[in-house]
Amino acid sequence: MKRRFNIVVDGKSVTVGDGQTIMDACDDAGVYIPRLCDVEGLVPQGSCRVCTVKANGHTVAACTQPAEAGMQVENDTLEIKNYRRDLVRMLFHEGNHLCPICEASGRCELQAMAYRLGISQATKYPYLQPVRPVDASHPDIALDNNRCILCGRCIRASRDVDGKNVFEYVGRGIHKRIGVNAENLAATDASIDDYAMSLEVCPVGCIIRKREGYFAPVGERQFDRRPIGTEITSPRGRRRSRPRRAQAQETGDGE
Amino acid sequence: MSRRKKRVATVSLAGCFGCHMSLLDMDERILDLLEDVEFDRSPLTDFKQFTRRCDIGLVEGGCCNEENVHTLQEFRNHCDVLVAVGQCAIMGGLPVMRNAIMHSDDPLRECLDEAYASSPRVYNPSNQIPNDPALPLLLDKVYTCVDVVKIDYQIPGCPPSGDVLYAALSALIHDRPPELDHASIRYD
Ligand code: SF4
Ligand code: SF4
Ligand code: SF4
Ligand code: FES
Repeated sequence: MKRRFNIVVDGKSVTVGDGQTIMDACDDAGVYIPRLCDVEGLVPQGSCRVCTVKANGHTVAACTQPAEAGMQVENDTLEIKNYRRDLVRMLFHEGNHLCPICEASGRCELQAMAYRLGISQATKYPYLQPVRPVDASHPDIALDNNRCILCGRCIRASRDVDGKNVFEYVGRGIHKRIGVNAENLAATDASIDDYAMSLEVCPVGCIIRKREGYFAPVGERQFDRRPIGTEITSPRGRRRSRPRRAQAQETGDGE
Repeated sequence: MSRRKKRVATVSLAGCFGCHMSLLDMDERILDLLEDVEFDRSPLTDFKQFTRRCDIGLVEGGCCNEENVHTLQEFRNHCDVLVAVGQCAIMGGLPVMRNAIMHSDDPLRECLDEAYASSPRVYNPSNQIPNDPALPLLLDKVYTCVDVVKIDYQIPGCPPSGDVLYAALSALIHDRPPELDHASIRYD
């Protein structure tokens, strides 16, 4: 059964296909909704809340909220932008983000999001400067938890695409961390060829592919010339479907 | 009558001087700027003290020792508008690595040991750690500028490019906030 209807996003009519979330429909229409924990090819998890929009006056996560006929969505408004700025700022303050020494700088989605949201002035939050471990045990991969934003993309990639369950959340609240399913990464069955270890999965510089650092010179890195989101808003790079996500949804919901 | 020139002071605290070098990357635009600006206390003039109150203070680097804290407080007391320039001033930058990344109960001790005693590349048979009274006391950790004084604006970057500094300074000397468009914001 195929149904199509429309929603209104910032005054613009957007067509929705069957079963689409607000974000799916906006992506197809070339309307960018900022996001960090959601990425093409993985089931949405709705945890970072950077994709917050107002739907019929209520704040919802666009990546998980199914679109409904006639929905009025606010996306690019000052109020929403301020929510998103605060969320992204808190991520910077919660971990140790030393961009000048980070291998992911210039291709990091967190950093690019901060640029896109125009974050340049001081915040009211303190830097927590937590002490977090680095796991460099694996011959080809290192994990620098100082930069992890707990988006869970590695968990879903390993579980749903690689069928391995290398990563899982451990702990609760402020102590929540990404753990691996053995004493350290070297003791797991993680491989550099896993989808979870690919550059598309970890949005920041936590999962590090050894001996590949700084492969793009400054000026030619992913977000040096085009801000994050251009892949959705520029017609050439626009995605049309999300085949891998659909596949993951069929096989990955066994919990 | 022409406007009074804005008085600008600059200082490098726990920084590498890269942000000051970047000021020079304004190239000949620095001459335009000098039509509206005179430098007071700054490594550019080599004045070690304020000669009078300044309109704008530019601070590179955070605070890693006692002297940094005193200098930063003096800047706050003598400048109408105080600006944190570069990641070191804003969030601690490279020196702040010693706060959390050392995984030690006593990170300062471990940092000094690594620098002067235990590293295989150090030759220091008496294991001496510099402690001359003339040296400023190191702080327990590195503090950002906002940890110590009120900061009015930030110019991010490591260092901010000459273009960004020029744009920001031009705004400040005309009493406007240094607003950066998103293409000019860089944290590296
Ligand atoms: S992960 Fe991103 S935000 Fe964090 S230090 Fe690296 S480049 Fe900066
Ligand atoms: S390691 Fe990377 S992908 Fe995994 S939760 Fe942390 S930031 Fe996300
Ligand atoms: S921000 Fe970068 S360039 Fe400026 S003082 Fe710090 S390390 Fe040097
Ligand atoms: S992208 Fe929707 S909650 Fe993270």
